[in-house]
Amino acid sequence: MKKIGLLLFVFTLVVGVNAQEKRHTLPKKKVASVNLMDIDGNEVNTGNFGFDGPVIISFWATWCSPCKRELNTIHDLYIDWQDDTGVTLVAVSIDDERTKNSVPMYVNGKGWEYLVLLDPNGDFKRAMGVNNVPHTFLLDTDGNIVYSHNNYAPGDEDELYEHLLELKAEE
Amino acid sequence: MIKQTLLALACSISLLGIGQEENSGGTFTGNIESIFQYLNEDTLIGADQPASKGLLNSYMNVFYTNGNFKAGLRLESYLPRIQGYPSNFDGTGIGMRYVGYTNDFVDVTLGSFYEQFGSGLSLRAYEDRALGYDNMLDGMKIVLRPIKGVTVKGVYGYQRFAFQEGKIVHSSGIVRGIDGEVHLNQAFPSLKKSKLDIRLGGSFVSKFQLDNNSDLILPENVGAYGGRLNLRYGKFTLDGEYILKEQDPSQDNDYIYNYGHAAVFNAGYSKKGFGIILSAKSVDNMSYRSDRTKQLQNVLINYLPSMNKTHTYNLVTSLYPYATQPTGETAFQAEVLYTIKRGSKIGGKYGTSINVNYSTAYQPGRSTSSINPLDSTGVTYTTGLFAMSDSLYWSDFNINIYRKFSKRFNLTLAYYNMILNNDVATVAKTKGLIKSNIFVVEAGFKFKKKRSMRIELQTLLVNRRDSLDQETSFFAEGAKPVDKGDWATVLLEYTINSHWFVSAMDQINFGNYDKKAVHHPYLTVGYIQGSTRLTASYGRQRAGLFCVGGVCRPVPASNGLTLSFTQSF
Repeated sequence: MKKIGLLLFVFTLVVGVNAQEKRHTLPKKKVASVNLMDIDGNEVNTGNFGFDGPVIISFWATWCSPCKRELNTIHDLYIDWQDDTGVTLVAVSIDDERTKNSVPMYVNGKGWEYLVLLDPNGDFKRAMGVNNVPHTFLLDTDGNIVYSHNNYAPGDEDELYEHLLELKAEE
Repeated sequence: MIKQTLLALACSISLLGIGQEENSGGTFTGNIESIFQYLNEDTLIGADQPASKGLLNSYMNVFYTNGNFKAGLRLESYLPRIQGYPSNFDGTGIGMRYVGYTNDFVDVTLGSFYEQFGSGLSLRAYEDRALGYDNMLDGMKIVLRPIKGVTVKGVYGYQRFAFQEGKIVHSSGIVRGIDGEVHLNQAFPSLKKSKLDIRLGGSFVSKFQLDNNSDLILPENVGAYGGRLNLRYGKFTLDGEYILKEQDPSQDNDYIYNYGHAAVFNAGYSKKGFGIILSAKSVDNMSYRSDRTKQLQNVLINYLPSMNKTHTYNLVTSLYPYATQPTGETAFQAEVLYTIKRGSKIGGKYGTSINVNYSTAYQPGRSTSSINPLDSTGVTYTTGLFAMSDSLYWSDFNINIYRKFSKRFNLTLAYYNMILNNDVATVAKTKGLIKSNIFVVEAGFKFKKKRSMRIELQTLLVNRRDSLDQETSFFAEGAKPVDKGDWATVLLEYTINSHWFVSAMDQINFGNYDKKAVHHPYLTVGYIQGSTRLTASYGRQRAGLFCVGGVCRPVPASNGLTLSFTQSF
């Protein structure tokens, strides 16, 4: 009887640990919900973008060269990424009032087709735990954060795309 | 025996329960940043060694959300603060904490909060931890969204002035404010398809501080109020905000009883490959603090954006930058971005982008002709919107050309011509205007296996003065450079793979009085994994916005070892 009890205990422990592990590989961390303005003046809630596919959130600023390098590099690949995975990129500018006005100029000038949001007082940046820009997050279709990366070096876009494909394969 | 089995079973069930529990316990997110410095004395560049030799700044944000409920706090630690950080940061403790409730209609916060009304001319509570700026409000905030496109905000609280012995120290004055904004095209369905997009807003802010001055009768309640308008028609945009401030005698304005004003206007046009923006700003007597005796960056209620481009190359940002003048300035800015088409003869395979920017600021025009200095009003001059004198504060012309030649190689050329009035916006121990010409070449190379390299060459040349301190030509006999003379920077950054990078930089001060070149070598090694980032740096460093390994952050001057750790979760 004692043995059975012990066996039962060990068994459930294993199951429990497995369940824990599963949760570890699939952390259910939702994107923060903050109301921001897009560059056309429409209010957007970051907790519910309303897109069908996965979402990339990229924090950037007009004064941050690596950020612009990252978003311009992805811009060249964006059409293919969208066709293959149905992803939407949301570029969140942390420019404050000093440089906020040059955001639409830069975005249109470069012909970006991203959803561009303005976070002039850092509300969304703070809620997402962003220390420095660039900082990129990948969200699944339910708005869970599945990957994040702080930095940009040429080639990092390939790693992001691999994670995007992984996400696509899981679904 | 049965008891033991039952106990084991109970244990197992409860363990299973924990393991299988759905994540209904809410979400924790946040971030941590820690910077350690070990500093040496360096008389050559004027760097001191702190008594404790080691310095450590850390903070950690923890945010919790569960359904409509939210809470958060930040623990801060300065043991002691790193060099260049403001002196009112000290000890370990809770520097920010709040609880709140939010749904589609209401968002209410009790405790610490940040907020911005319009463009911030009337109220902006914000933080910049790298700079050591934090003027958050402690009290209550409510945001209402009665219908789509309409937002009403109310704030009430004491500002954070300092962080002493691990505790928040508040300003002596209280801040109250209300702000409303309507996006007409979202609020009224009939306007939804209108080509003209209109947003209207207005705000009223008031501060209360007891009159603690025995010589003067000071207003205890001081209001600041105004409106704003944002228009968009196709590719054209026009927006502006005007804020008026009531009589607010303070240390900043030498206790005068003038009204103050701040106005900002922007007009823009942009389409694919081309954009232009024109801006104008008029500010007079607009320093607005919750404690009239405070100065520097302390307890500012409003935010007056400086009207110039935020540059990134270190000689451009770290030597002669311009800061906004809250007591008054009239400023203008124009910027054009043009991309020469891809595939064209001049544009090359990937196109070439050209960015031209010009900004300037003058002292506001002030008249004393109608003022009787003997009357008791305390009004010392009259001025108007965009009134201008011929006293130059700042001018900056810059051009930046970027071209991607192939997948493996890109090049940036940049030129800057800056004039700074050092008597007003003081950054150096010299009199009059500091004029500088800066040239930058940046080249990026991409190799196989995610390896890449970036090289920056920069030089800054300042104006010359003769022995009588009169301005003279650059090549004239006996001409001496102003301030510390000319500078050059060489930067080499090498990304080994997606985790590791190294960089080496030298800033060289040459063409100075002694004609002796002073080197500022600086080495950095960094490791990045996901949202964890570790860097170690050693060497001499100037103050300024510092960009290495793909991240930009403002840092103070130092000589020694710096270790930094950041993590998001």
